Amino acid sequence: MSVHLDTAAPSAPPPPPARVGGSGRSPRPRRRIDWGRYYTWLVLAWLFTPILFMVAFSFNDPAGKHNITWQGFTLKWYANAFAHPTLNEAMFNSVSIALLTMVIAGAIGSLLGLALGRFSFRGKQLTNLVMFSAISAPEVVLGAALLSTFLMMNVTTGYWTTVVAHVMFCVSFVAITVRARVITLDPALEEAARDLGAGSFTTFRLVTLPMLFPAIMAGGLLAFALSIDDYIITTFVSGEVTTFPLWVWGSTRVGIPPQVNVMGTLLFGVGLIMAVVNIVMAHRRR
Amino acid sequence: MRNRKATPYVLVLPAWIWLALFFVVPIGGMLSLSLTTGNVVSGFQQTFEVGNYVTAVSTYWEQILRSLFYGACATLVCIVVGYPMAYWIAFKAGPHKSTYLLLILLPFFVSFVLRTISWRFLLADNGVVLGPLKSIGLVPADLQLLNSAPAVILGLAYNFLPFMVLPIYAVLERMDSRLVEAAHDLYAGRFQAFVRVVLPVSLPGVFAGVLMTFIPTSADYVNASVLGGAHNTMIGNIIQSQYLVNNNYPIAASITFVLMGLLLVGIFSYARALGTERVMEVHT
Repeated sequence: MSVHLDTAAPSAPPPPPARVGGSGRSPRPRRRIDWGRYYTWLVLAWLFTPILFMVAFSFNDPAGKHNITWQGFTLKWYANAFAHPTLNEAMFNSVSIALLTMVIAGAIGSLLGLALGRFSFRGKQLTNLVMFSAISAPEVVLGAALLSTFLMMNVTTGYWTTVVAHVMFCVSFVAITVRARVITLDPALEEAARDLGAGSFTTFRLVTLPMLFPAIMAGGLLAFALSIDDYIITTFVSGEVTTFPLWVWGSTRVGIPPQVNVMGTLLFGVGLIMAVVNIVMAHRRR
Repeated sequence: MRNRKATPYVLVLPAWIWLALFFVVPIGGMLSLSLTTGNVVSGFQQTFEVGNYVTAVSTYWEQILRSLFYGACATLVCIVVGYPMAYWIAFKAGPHKSTYLLLILLPFFVSFVLRTISWRFLLADNGVVLGPLKSIGLVPADLQLLNSAPAVILGLAYNFLPFMVLPIYAVLERMDSRLVEAAHDLYAGRFQAFVRVVLPVSLPGVFAGVLMTFIPTSADYVNASVLGGAHNTMIGNIIQSQYLVNNNYPIAASITFVLMGLLLVGIFSYARALGTERVMEVHT
C-alpha cells in the first residue's frame, strides 16, 4: 500500500500556516498548542508499537520456545538469519512469487489502465465494475472462489496457482494507478510527436511510455508489496507450497522462532530505507 | 494508423481474460459448488439444492453476526481514531504531509501476520504491557486482554486504520481551503465551520473508508484466530476451516456466498450512490 501516495502530496504548495484556526481578527494572537500534532504522533506510536517489540525481540536471547520475555542481548539470530532451511525456502517462494506478480500484473494492469484512461470502448463500464468488485471483495471470498474452481477443475494447487491468484488481485490496483497518471497526461505532447513524423508505435515508445513509467513502476511495486504480504488468499490456493507469511503463521503455533523477528526487522529496514530515500527525493524536487 | 478502433480492445484483452478466468468464473464456480451435495470420499453431485444455505446460516448465524459486529466496531474505531489524524495531516502538516503519509504506511512493510502476532505477545497475560502493570499492582492480577473481543477489535482497527485515514485525507487535501475562510467570514466559529463545511465535504472520503475497512475487517479471520482464542471466531475462520481442514466444500461455498451477499449489498448500494470510479479515485 505504499508506493503511489507520494504522487499525491509533494508538489502541493505549503499552505499558509494555521489558516483554518483564527482569522486574524483577534487583536492579541495567542499561541495555540497544536494538539493535533501530539495526537497524530500518539496514533503513530500505536502503529509502531508491535514493530518496536519485534525489532527489540530480534535481539533477545530466549530461554525456551516462547520468545516473549526479555532474557538478554544477542546478535546470534542475525548471524544465523539464513540458517533455517524451511524459512529460506518460504522466503524464496515469497520473493519469486512477488517478482512474477509484479511483472505479469504490472504489464497486464498497465495496458488496462492505459485503455481506461485514454480510450472509450464497449465494455468499459463493465470493466470498471469487475475491477471495483475485485478490489472490494473480501480476500477470503476471492481465495475461496478460486479454490472452488481449482477443485472442480481438478487443478492441483501449488506455486503456479498462487501466482495466478496474486496476479488476479493485483491487476486492478495496477490499472487504477496507471489510469490516474494517463488522465493527467497532456495529449498535445503525443500530437506534437506525430506532427514531427513519428508513427503511433514510435510515439508510444518515445513519448507515452516514458511519461507513464513512474506510474507503471509504482503499480508494479504496489503489486510486489501486496503479493509478498498476502496471507489469506495464499492459504487457499498454495497447496503444499509455503510462503513467508504462511511460514510465520505455522511456526508461531508452537512458539515464535527468533529468526522470524530478524526477517521482519530486515523487511522493515528495507521499507525504512525506501521511505527515507523517498522523503529526501521529495525535498530535492522542491 | 490502421485499426485505430481495435487498439483499446488489444490493450484490455489480457486483463479481461485474466479477470474473467480467475475472478468472474471462480465466483460462478463457487455458486455452483454451493449447490452440490456429497463429500470428498463419494464425490460431489450438482443437485441445485439450496439446503446447504439453510444449514450454513442456521449453524453459523452466531459467527456471521459476530463478524458483522466486530467489523462495525473496528470501522467505528478507525473513524474515531483516523479522522482527526487525517484532518491534521491534510490541513496542518504543511510541507511534511507526504512524510506523515509514509509513516502511516511504513508498518505495512512488516508482514500483516507478523504484526498481528506481535500484538499477541504484547497483550499476553504477563507480556510487555500487562506484566509490569500487574507486578506493581495497577491492574488486577487476573485481568486478561488476550483472547477477548476487545483484543480482536483492537487488532482489526490496528491493521486497517490506514484504509480509513487515506481516503479521508485524500478528500480533505483536495478541499478548497477558501471554503473554510468563507465560513469564517460569515461568522462561523471553528466548530460551526467544521460541522457545516468540512464534515459534509469529507463524507465521500468517510464512506470510501468505511467500505475499505468494514469489508476486510468483517471478513478477516487472522485477527480472530491470533487474538481472539476459541470463543471469538468469525465467519472467515469457519470458511477457512471448512475448506482447508474439514473439506466440507458445499457448506464452505454456501457460507462464503452468504458472507459475500451480505457485503455486496453494502458495496453496490455504495457504488450506486457515488459511482465506482469515485471510490477507486479516492482509493488512489
